[in-house]
Amino acid sequence: MDDLSRFKQTYFDESAELLAVAESGLLRLAPGEVDMDEVNAIFRAVHSIKGGGGAFGFNDLVAFAHEFETVMDGVRNGDIPVTTILVDTLIRANDVLARMLAHAADGTDAPAGTTDDTVAALRRVLVQADAAPGTAVPAAPPAAAPPTHYADDEDDEAGIFGDALAAIQAARDDAAPAGTVPAGTVPEGKLRWTVVFRPKADLLLSGNEPTYMLRALRRLGDAEVVCHLDSLPGLAALDAELLHMSWTVTLLAGPEVGRPQIDDVFEFVADDCDIQISVEAPPPAVLPAGRADAGTASPGVGPAAPAEPALPAVQAAPAAPPVPSAPTQAAPGTAAGNGGKPRTGGPAGDHAGPAAHTIRVDLDKIDRLVNMVGEMVITQAMIAEHLRDLPPGQFQELLEGLEGLAQHTRELRESVMSIRAQPVSSVFSRMPRLVRECAAMTGKEVVLVTSGETTEVDKTVVENLVDPLTHMIRNSIDHGLEGPEERERTGKPRAGTVHLSAAHRSGRIVIEVTDDGRGINRAKVLSKAIEKGLVQPGATLTDEEIDNLIFLPGFTTADQVSNLSGRGVGMDVVRRNISSLGGRIGVYSTPGEGSRFVLSLPLTLAVLDGMVISVGEERFVLPLTNIVESLRPKPADLHGLVNKCDVIMARGEYVRLVHLHRLFGIPKAIDDATRGLVVLVETEDGARLGLVVDEVLGQQQVVIKSLEANFRRLDGVAAATILGDGRVALILDVAGLREMSRHGAGTAPGGPASANSLSGSLPPPQTTPRPTARPVLAERPESHQRQPV
Amino acid sequence: MKKKVMTVDDSRTMRDMVSFTLRGAGYEVIEAADGQQAMSAIATAKVDLVITDLNMPVMDGLTLIRKLRAIPAHRTLPILMLTTEADESKKAEGRSAGATGWIVKPFNPDKLVSVVQKVCG
Repeated sequence: MDDLSRFKQTYFDESAELLAVAESGLLRLAPGEVDMDEVNAIFRAVHSIKGGGGAFGFNDLVAFAHEFETVMDGVRNGDIPVTTILVDTLIRANDVLARMLAHAADGTDAPAGTTDDTVAALRRVLVQADAAPGTAVPAAPPAAAPPTHYADDEDDEAGIFGDALAAIQAARDDAAPAGTVPAGTVPEGKLRWTVVFRPKADLLLSGNEPTYMLRALRRLGDAEVVCHLDSLPGLAALDAELLHMSWTVTLLAGPEVGRPQIDDVFEFVADDCDIQISVEAPPPAVLPAGRADAGTASPGVGPAAPAEPALPAVQAAPAAPPVPSAPTQAAPGTAAGNGGKPRTGGPAGDHAGPAAHTIRVDLDKIDRLVNMVGEMVITQAMIAEHLRDLPPGQFQELLEGLEGLAQHTRELRESVMSIRAQPVSSVFSRMPRLVRECAAMTGKEVVLVTSGETTEVDKTVVENLVDPLTHMIRNSIDHGLEGPEERERTGKPRAGTVHLSAAHRSGRIVIEVTDDGRGINRAKVLSKAIEKGLVQPGATLTDEEIDNLIFLPGFTTADQVSNLSGRGVGMDVVRRNISSLGGRIGVYSTPGEGSRFVLSLPLTLAVLDGMVISVGEERFVLPLTNIVESLRPKPADLHGLVNKCDVIMARGEYVRLVHLHRLFGIPKAIDDATRGLVVLVETEDGARLGLVVDEVLGQQQVVIKSLEANFRRLDGVAAATILGDGRVALILDVAGLREMSRHGAGTAPGGPASANSLSGSLPPPQTTPRPTARPVLAERPESHQRQPV
Repeated sequence: MKKKVMTVDDSRTMRDMVSFTLRGAGYEVIEAADGQQAMSAIATAKVDLVITDLNMPVMDGLTLIRKLRAIPAHRTLPILMLTTEADESKKAEGRSAGATGWIVKPFNPDKLVSVVQKVCG
């Protein structure tokens, strides 16, 4: 079965999807409102996992899946009522199945007893259903080891087709020997089989084709076929779809061919046809020892074996139909709840499993494609740049062609990116389970509302969302929501609501987790922060700043570490994970009304729309999403703050000025903002900054090349890219620039400082909470006009 | 000319295994994920054999077999059903629906090929 191992990965991938289908179905399963389509989908998922597992010989897994499937079958047939206990048991069973799959994938055996508890619980369900079919009996006796047998055919590799053969054989054995075939000369080491095959007239209508059976017989040895046309009607009466012929085949075959091989040829038609098979062997005197093998190769198959070679053994069988196909005859020992009921009886649901119009592609291939397209974008930009110098009016066709190339390159890039895009629903769909568990653990009542599940985002981003979201939701339920009693006292509905939403906003994906709980207790947060030395006593912080303290490392408000959150993995880890993806997170809270966590992430981690700027000889790229506008300030707009930094009055607001050349130590750059340009940028949490640059060169799509992977992390720099002219440019990280300027600008306003000395002089950032310029993020993006030059 | 086999199964694993095995044995294979898809595929493609799972969403295998048999052009089309149950009642049910034969899962590649050869050469 080595050929099959190559399908194992497909099997595990598919099983993971099926487990998810089953889990989401189980989570929606509730007493009283049973959606049969849903139940069928769950059944099929388990069934498919079992089926595939059998193919790879995962016997433990198959045995367990069978128990699971049996109960699902009972639910499907209405024998087992849907109760909360049942759903819990099934969800547990799904988990166990996932573990069994994980063990199978690792090639390890699940520890003995892994499935015992769950199997016992599943069997209990069955026994209860038997005790009182159709009614819920939660208090039924806990069933001392119910004698649940099941027909475990799937494991029975040797039994493939075995019982069909047995049935055929039974028919043979019942039949009396008829007629005698005259003995001819049978060559040494061979057996001569005579097969008389009289098919039923309507054999063709079941799709069976006698030609192929005769051909199959020929493959077994030297065959001579005689066709009998005696019952062939006249042409007028001939029905082309009916068979009027019969055949006698004389087959000379080696000892490796036994009765099973010949029976096998007629496997599908044995019940409806008259088939007589007989065998004769050469005289016993020359019976070679090897011949006995033919007999043992088909033990118990029939007296036709050459164990009695002296006589021409005759075994004729007018195959009467009695035993095999009686529908009432269920396999003995079929499971109690399963019975002989047909498996496919129910109406077909439309909960198809994985969509059929998809292909599964190795992620590496797509990454290569993304990379190539990235290089192509660069090349295209390069050509465009060179041709910009052409005299106008000439080479018109070339320029037009180039324009088309630019457009197609962009479309190609977007298409390739969309291959990697996945809806966030794959993450969101895991959350109901989490909420359910958290609610159970904390004794709170929680309703989870989700929206925007179809929002698409790059696969890598989706994958990295799971942990932060899990933590944020736990946090909301554990810390944010009140218990039902407390909520009633404050006039809120007993059940708290957690709203999980996703949306595209200005080229990023914004995910919000909102709860209607008690909000952040600022007094408590502040006192904890002071207690832990995160904030200087006596410091005055705005509400926003206090709220954001919860993202500091080592911070937890829980007085007692609960089972859920507060296990040492704090919101700081969430923030760190999000930042490493180029994302930001913020919290907005109203005491008594709830909290809102907002996290925003780039849609893709591969390409960026940027604005190329120059500072001295250097080129930098600013992400377009950060840019608000660029302007040339008048001297009156500029104000110096003593020992602090320069600020600029822009649209009625003071904004800190950051001289990039000072920050990065670039010589020969314009220092006077009134002679250069100020690019007004905004960080994800709404803080603004004015970057002093020499020139704004133009907008360009750039392919992000990780600096960390190729060099090392630099403050204020998100990544690097290659520009159209082949030069390397750094992509600036606006939030990082803000941090740097806060700590650096005041200390080194005059002379250029090297990036290294600058980053080395950074004080530990957590000593000062971030001041937040904008109170509420939601107002941010729409309220400002963007004027990319 | 290569014989064309259609494998109908909602499990991609199973479809892949059937396709791989049969392609290796010189058959052309097309795939469908349920009975409905099989019906529409067979309307345009001439197939020499259908191998169908029984338990599928949208349209199950037995329904597919009955529908195919109701179409005059497919009255003699070989149809094999894949079943995990070596259960006689299942086989009888399939046979009365018009199935040519059956393959019990799990099967090994040689077995599959030999059964396919048996019904479509």
